[in-house]
Amino acid sequence: MRWKWIIPAVYIFFLLLPIYWLLNMSLKTNSEILSVFSLWPQNLTFDNYRVIFTDPSWYSGYINSMIYVSMNVVISVSCALPAAYAFSRYSFVGDKHLFFWLLTNRMAPPAVFALPFFQLYSSIGLFDTHIAVALAHCLFNIPLSVWILEGFMSGIPKEIDETAFVDGYSWPHFFVKIFIPNIASGIGVTAFFCFMFSWVELLLARTLTAVNAKPISAIMTRTVSASGLDWGVLAAAGILTILPGALVIWFVRNHIAKGFALGRV
Amino acid sequence: MDLSWMAWTKPTATFFIIILCLLVTMTIWEIKIPGGAPRLGILRFETTRGDRLFVSLLGSAFIHIFWLAFISLSLWWALVVACIYAICVFIWV
Amino acid sequence: MIAKQVNQKAWFMVLPVFLVVAVSAIIPLMTVVNYSVQDTFGNNQFFWVGMDWFRDLLASDRFHDAFLRQISFSAIILAIEIPLGIAIALAMPKKGWGVPVCLISMALPLLIPWNVVGTIWQIFGRVDIGLLGHTLAAMGIDYNYTQDPVAAWITIIIMDVWHWTSLVVLLCYAGLCSIPDAYYQAAKIDGASRISVFRYIQLPKMQRVLLIAVLLRFMDSFMIYTEPFVITGGGPGNSTTFMSIDLVKMAIGQFDLGPAAAMSLIYFLVILLLSWVFFTVMSNIGEESSNGGS
Repeated sequence: MRWKWIIPAVYIFFLLLPIYWLLNMSLKTNSEILSVFSLWPQNLTFDNYRVIFTDPSWYSGYINSMIYVSMNVVISVSCALPAAYAFSRYSFVGDKHLFFWLLTNRMAPPAVFALPFFQLYSSIGLFDTHIAVALAHCLFNIPLSVWILEGFMSGIPKEIDETAFVDGYSWPHFFVKIFIPNIASGIGVTAFFCFMFSWVELLLARTLTAVNAKPISAIMTRTVSASGLDWGVLAAAGILTILPGALVIWFVRNHIAKGFALGRV
Repeated sequence: MDLSWMAWTKPTATFFIIILCLLVTMTIWEIKIPGGAPRLGILRFETTRGDRLFVSLLGSAFIHIFWLAFISLSLWWALVVACIYAICVFIWV
Repeated sequence: MIAKQVNQKAWFMVLPVFLVVAVSAIIPLMTVVNYSVQDTFGNNQFFWVGMDWFRDLLASDRFHDAFLRQISFSAIILAIEIPLGIAIALAMPKKGWGVPVCLISMALPLLIPWNVVGTIWQIFGRVDIGLLGHTLAAMGIDYNYTQDPVAAWITIIIMDVWHWTSLVVLLCYAGLCSIPDAYYQAAKIDGASRISVFRYIQLPKMQRVLLIAVLLRFMDSFMIYTEPFVITGGGPGNSTTFMSIDLVKMAIGQFDLGPAAAMSLIYFLVILLLSWVFFTVMSNIGEESSNGGS
């Protein structure tokens, strides 16, 4: 078993190679990309990044994405906290069915909802706003949050609640002062997952926006089809979309394995 | 609020009202006689009333789909079959 | 398991979630049902057509092909990613500096926007500028994913393995980490072989997380849209047109509301059936293992 480390090492190499290639492309000029094939940039250039940081039609995409993703994280986690508590502590009429129904929304294909969402948000005047995308992403992020938080909360012994109530805490007071600090890591992991699924989603975000709230991913697909394939800028934009994800992973690195098991190990 | 984009029709509205009534009935039943009578049916897993309702509805949907795909008779017959199926589910599953 | 307290007031805590999800799930679903029985020529004028769209759709080759492609894609994905994920999780280090390195680099692909994943592989596989395409061409292998359906399928499958195997690995790893050391020591004393350790200690502990992994991987591969859309756009021909791609083409590309709605409903019913089966199996296994443990 001395050579066991080879397997993960090869796998990680396989994971990082395409990302390295993207980085490599983003540091080359377009003419170099198309003319010379090389494993590293011959003439290192940051022009592609400069294009993105100076052109508002590019960098506004990042700002839009950030805005709706953070809105979505706040809405999802704050709605899901009391609900997850209810699911983990009480039984009530229809609880199992409600839980299953929530989960089906996590499983439902966004393609089914794209068109009705477009009609719905157009009719109430929310089309092309950040809140529309944030609410649309709640469709799958709220069920997921409830699922993860329920897992974490079930791991907290019930005695904590009971002692607090005996000590005369009201429910909201207990929840904010005692319970939330106890599941802080669970909340962090949930926020991470909401961030992740809202950040990576394209179809709904693209359908629900036109100009003002257009996310970076939609801007990238437009560039692929329209302006004669500027590979260097495209690669640079791709690298810049990976960075926030990498940053967020760094913050939750200690809880990541348990988090991916949705708190259920 | 303008709802014309939802394009309601009488049949679909009736359909949703029936579903809603079913859900309300089940809730009232559950409040009057709680517990949902869980049992192990012929499919070897535990079901309550709510599960049985869900299995009936989902099964009926698929009966209708298969009817449309393979049988050219009127769809009302599919409804009859679906009702018989639902009764069977409530008795045995 | 401790019996939960019966408390109907818990509904008030669930209410916000219920309302938000109901608005964003039930209203669109009702709309889809309404559209599926009508035809429209724009201007919000609708005509009753009954079940015609469903009949047409169920008889059409386009739908059959997309459905078959979707099923085979999901089956291939599961057959590759689940065993691979288990194998990598078993080989991962349990302590030391290797753990954070593995976890962070493996989680990285999961955080990349799906269209960027598409772009990465679109570039990586190109014969003129991509490392993979260029290397294969240099080795004399004819590989062009924009022309050859087989190459397109292989590219998309490798892309999905690259993108999502980490999820399986991380889930299994979390399951493995929850096994106390005492179990392994006991097995060592008994002289248990590597295989029986896996069969009787590791696999049962991974059962629950594995089910979650299968569920998530199946469902997500069943509704895959963005990555093949970016890489191949459903082509060459229709060879990589999966259900979601076909649906979006119909609904937003051609604005055929009726047929698209009918397809959405059938798609949704299939998903509903499958997730119900998974959910039932999952909760039954959960109960069995918790009963067996006590």
